[in-house]
Amino acid sequence: MSVVAAIPQSAERAAPKNIGDRALRIVLKAAALAIVLLVLAMAFEMVRTSVPSMRTFGWSFLVTSTWDPVAERFGAIPFVYGTLVSSFLALLIAVPLGLGAAIYLAELAPARIRPPIAFLVELVAAVPSVIYGLWGIFVLAPLLRTWVQPALGKTLGYLPLFQGPPYGVGMLAAGIILAIMVVPYITAVSREVLLAVPNTQREAALALGATRWETTRIAVLRYGRSGLVGAILLGLGRALGETMAVTMVIGNRPEVAISLFAPGYTMASVIANEFTEATSEIYLSALIEIGLLLFVLTIVVNALARLLVWSVGGPVKTVRE
Amino acid sequence: MTPGVRRRVNVLMSGLAAVAAGLVILPLLLIFGFLLWQGASAVNVDFFTHLPKPVGEVGGGMANAIVGSLILIALAAALGLPLGILGGVYLAESRDRHIPWLARFLADVLNGVPSIVIGIFAYTVMVLPMRRFSALAGAFALAVIMLPIVMRTSEELVRLVPASLREAALALGIPEWKVLLRVVLPAARAGIVTGAMVAIARVAGETAPLLFTAFGNRFWHQGLDQPIAALPLQIFAYAIAPYDDWHRQAWAGALVLIGLVFVVSLAARMATSGRFTGVR
Repeated sequence: MSVVAAIPQSAERAAPKNIGDRALRIVLKAAALAIVLLVLAMAFEMVRTSVPSMRTFGWSFLVTSTWDPVAERFGAIPFVYGTLVSSFLALLIAVPLGLGAAIYLAELAPARIRPPIAFLVELVAAVPSVIYGLWGIFVLAPLLRTWVQPALGKTLGYLPLFQGPPYGVGMLAAGIILAIMVVPYITAVSREVLLAVPNTQREAALALGATRWETTRIAVLRYGRSGLVGAILLGLGRALGETMAVTMVIGNRPEVAISLFAPGYTMASVIANEFTEATSEIYLSALIEIGLLLFVLTIVVNALARLLVWSVGGPVKTVRE
Repeated sequence: MTPGVRRRVNVLMSGLAAVAAGLVILPLLLIFGFLLWQGASAVNVDFFTHLPKPVGEVGGGMANAIVGSLILIALAAALGLPLGILGGVYLAESRDRHIPWLARFLADVLNGVPSIVIGIFAYTVMVLPMRRFSALAGAFALAVIMLPIVMRTSEELVRLVPASLREAALALGIPEWKVLLRVVLPAARAGIVTGAMVAIARVAGETAPLLFTAFGNRFWHQGLDQPIAALPLQIFAYAIAPYDDWHRQAWAGALVLIGLVFVVSLAARMATSGRFTGVR
């Protein structure tokens, strides 16, 4: 961005004499540092409040699967499993769709219909989670129960993935709802990555006689590869932490089941469901420790994603349109 | 490959990409259609003016939840917007090497932290010390969610202000702070308003961070240090309850909420169209 660089550097570097200028700089810096402070405070608080649980259960918290609030024995395995499986399922559906839509929006669609479609994709992302959940309970789950699951059971029932009674709510419903919810993020970020690919890339390929698709495949997708992986990771980060919609359709049973028809539980939903009911300190602490796990997991995924996305377009959006 | 095959592959892949784009948007139409079909009949005057009826009685409304949501959003905006805008200005203006990079990075990372985790944070710093669920705690959680969004969009839009404007003002000997307040920020106003509205649209529908901060309430709000109702919370509570009448109201609430979110999103889009799209 040359806009800022155009200001003479020497005038900028000199310490401002005006007291208003000095105050302004301090206020602005403080505001920016607030976010650093906030993230640190968050990490500190989550660790502090999950100490009782860490002390009591140690590493066994991460490798046991008992979740018994009455006996006060807690293990996180069913929730970690549910979070990972539902997110993976979501990506399985969302990645091809999201990348396809992004390619269409950035490369192949007629210029006139791009902005309205991009706006509609934004709206898909703007629909509140609880509304997806509502739709999941009353439309998606019955649909799965009466049509999709019996059909899957009949045709692919020999696979352990598609066995068991069709409840409607369960891992499959959670995966589908999550896919619907993360696909607009993957689309939007991938589109930005593709738009950040320099035009000379396209021009070179087109000049050699490549078709639009070949240009996209050879000159654009390959150039933006790492950014696209970042976009997918951002989608994964969303899926891992998505709470309300999943809580409403996953069935909320803390068990590890192979079948996608079976109810499950995720880290985010157990917090949503049980936090206000956690009567003892250790119960609450165990829930917060699950929150801490989720926090660390999403931070790692998001940090990685950001660095990858930035590697294509830089940290500041410079979108050609 | 022969040219014919290459052309056909091109058509096929373009078609598949278009289908993918259609499938991404399809749920929006399905969900909005269902909301209209199921919810429109339950959106009436009572819905906007009455409190929820006790369990078992038919009727009542979500007036308290609508008011509660507006209070929460206003409080969160009062907390999060100024800080976010100032931080964004810093990110756009500073030529420091490390702090802006770190703040930008952490803002993006914070933006990806699940809202339920932010709820836990608000619980430990607000609810535990105050010993009760409160509107303040809910608003704090929402403000934390807004902050990174506002910061990053403000940064982007302050960057779009032409350097010549600023240079002209500085050349007249006007101090920097005045240039910022009177020249740069007004020039970026439309964009900053957009960022603010995008952030508001995002938190308006947030449910998870309010579950154990604002907590919800079946009555009118009773002060900022008390639990308060919120539209998304009420929709959630009604959706998982076993009563048909509550389900109807949940649909109605969802219709109102989605209407609110769409109107704000659309307004955000309008505020910048024409003015900045050329520059971007």
